[in-house]
Amino acid sequence: MSSGTLYDKVWDLHRVADLPGGSTQLFVGLHLIHEVTSPQAFAALEEKGLRVSCPDRTIATVDHIVPTTSQLRPFADPLAEEMLSTLEKNCQKHSIKLFGIGSGNQGIVHVIAPELGLTQPGMTIACGDSHTSTHGAFGAIAFGIGTSQVRDVLASQSLTMNKLKVRRIWFDGKLSQGVYAKDLILHVIRTLGVKGGVGFAYEFAGPAITSLSMEERMTICNMAIEGGARCGYINPDSTTFNYLKGRVHAPNATSWEQAVQWWQSLCSDETAIFDDEVKFDATQISPTVTWGITPAQNIAVDAKIPKPQSLKDSERLIAEEAFSYMKVKPGEPICGLPVDVCFIGSCTNGRISDLRAAAQVVQGKHVAKGIKAFVVPGSEQVAQTAEQEGIHNIFLEAGFEWREPGCSMCLAMNPDKLEGKQISASSSNRNFKGRQGSSSGRTLLMSPAMVAAAAIKGKVADVREILRESQTY
Amino acid sequence: MSINTSFPKGVIKKISGRCIVLHGDDIDTDRIIPARFLKCVSFQDLGEQVFADDRTELKGMHPFDITSNKGASILVVNDNFGCGSSREHAPQALMRWGIRAVIGQSFAEIFYGNCLALGIPCATTSKDMVNNLQAAIKHYSQKILELDLNRNSAYFNGVNYPISIESGALEMLTTGQWDATTQLIAQKDSLERVISRLPYLNNFEDKIKTYPRN
Repeated sequence: MSSGTLYDKVWDLHRVADLPGGSTQLFVGLHLIHEVTSPQAFAALEEKGLRVSCPDRTIATVDHIVPTTSQLRPFADPLAEEMLSTLEKNCQKHSIKLFGIGSGNQGIVHVIAPELGLTQPGMTIACGDSHTSTHGAFGAIAFGIGTSQVRDVLASQSLTMNKLKVRRIWFDGKLSQGVYAKDLILHVIRTLGVKGGVGFAYEFAGPAITSLSMEERMTICNMAIEGGARCGYINPDSTTFNYLKGRVHAPNATSWEQAVQWWQSLCSDETAIFDDEVKFDATQISPTVTWGITPAQNIAVDAKIPKPQSLKDSERLIAEEAFSYMKVKPGEPICGLPVDVCFIGSCTNGRISDLRAAAQVVQGKHVAKGIKAFVVPGSEQVAQTAEQEGIHNIFLEAGFEWREPGCSMCLAMNPDKLEGKQISASSSNRNFKGRQGSSSGRTLLMSPAMVAAAAIKGKVADVREILRESQTY
Repeated sequence: MSINTSFPKGVIKKISGRCIVLHGDDIDTDRIIPARFLKCVSFQDLGEQVFADDRTELKGMHPFDITSNKGASILVVNDNFGCGSSREHAPQALMRWGIRAVIGQSFAEIFYGNCLALGIPCATTSKDMVNNLQAAIKHYSQKILELDLNRNSAYFNGVNYPISIESGALEMLTTGQWDATTQLIAQKDSLERVISRLPYLNNFEDKIKTYPRN
């Protein structure tokens, strides 16, 4: 059993009561809500005659269903409009702060909470969205919940949970140029599998991790859930504190020093005990692309799609399903595979540094003929910063569309969808069958820079070569 | 589609019913209920939409469309069932189709918790046992499986299949306390105590500025 880890400390501080059967009632420090998983929770709350227990610890935004072309109200889709207006009514009724469209702070829930300084080390953070693990990048214990649990958190600011085991994922070395946080986490998921993390919290540590920016750390924790781990986290350090300082909801100057002192005391002790530990070498990681229908089915861009005989028994069945669905052949290279659509955005890779990295690849070049390419900033703040820096013009001149913030084609609950058997190069997080809105649509996950490279070449390409050609490598 | 108006309630110790087998590892919640059906403010109509895309693809041959599976209430799956998105719409859709229990090799964590919150036990058993059970159901599709939570057993066609349910979930189901809201609210004093000692809710005051060491 783990002890002395950040997870253990935060868990202990938020433990309300032990429940029969060994589960724990855990206090939730920050509850994030959005339009998709909250309406039924509010309805259930009202059915029980309850009110929201801590409205000031509940923050709302709208992201999944918003169109990214025109965000004028009412939305063209009446169902989407009904979902947003229901959220607006619920927030108003229960005095919950809603960062709505045009507020300057609307965006994907996992992008806006960090940029507003709401996400802080040592908190427990819950949201009806599996990618809540993102917030662990700050040294918070953050996890996705279902709608019944959203109801419970609204009613009591707490939920029932079982304590997880802690696996430390240690990275020596440093990422090479042209290799990004996305490649690192895809590498972890390939190695440990999509269910390898079930029952675990993942602590990401080591020199390769501490050298990453906050936004890169968010990409890594975001996809912990794709490896089965409900939460992933990184111990807070000066990178974390520098990111937070001065943000709207971060501690102010009066309490700053004390806050930092407390945050530091939460880091995993040198003597901490982990339930498991896995070591990696970051220098061994290449730009990575998925070829199949789970995020673990990925390879280095210069590698070949695996042959069934090279796979473990347990991986063979789903690999066969993937070959048939993706229409890819075992033993063939992934590099050069033609794509139809290129999507840059999502809670995994829709932040300003992601757009900068993609813009660096795109600058002075043009999207290949016949390719639909678009960029969806993760939030209104990201869009604003990009527009101030002129990044949007780099994309527009290269033939990309520049959209309004939202979840967009990551999950296609809005007009952004693949059509028919289209294949996308996507900076999002899931390549499940049908994920991007077409029941036969295909997704290749990769870093935003790799998506940019694919857009320019019209096929899967090694971003390192493009960077080298641009002599910026 | 099965019509099942009575959703789980109260103490859940035994569940009996016919079985429906769904083969495949890593079946994610996007497949159980595609995202376009999440555009709703009520769970009401989800039963008809369960596995919508997989069913269309199989043109009537999907287990959830096969006539002899009508009325089945126990779903038997393989490994890592329910991975991906946290959408409770997935177990809601299964429940509204008629599913009252799931047996499989393993489940994704959020899906497992979402099922529990609806009073649907997810019981695990070994890979071999799942394969044996799925094979047995294929031959005797109209027979009833009896799931006995307290005895950790699934009894089907004269064979006892050992199953296991995590202890917290078992306690909640068998005492009828799986709808957690009431017991969570009941801890008002303990909640207040936690709130009063969390530095980030108290302006990081001196007295609580570092992680308390015993």
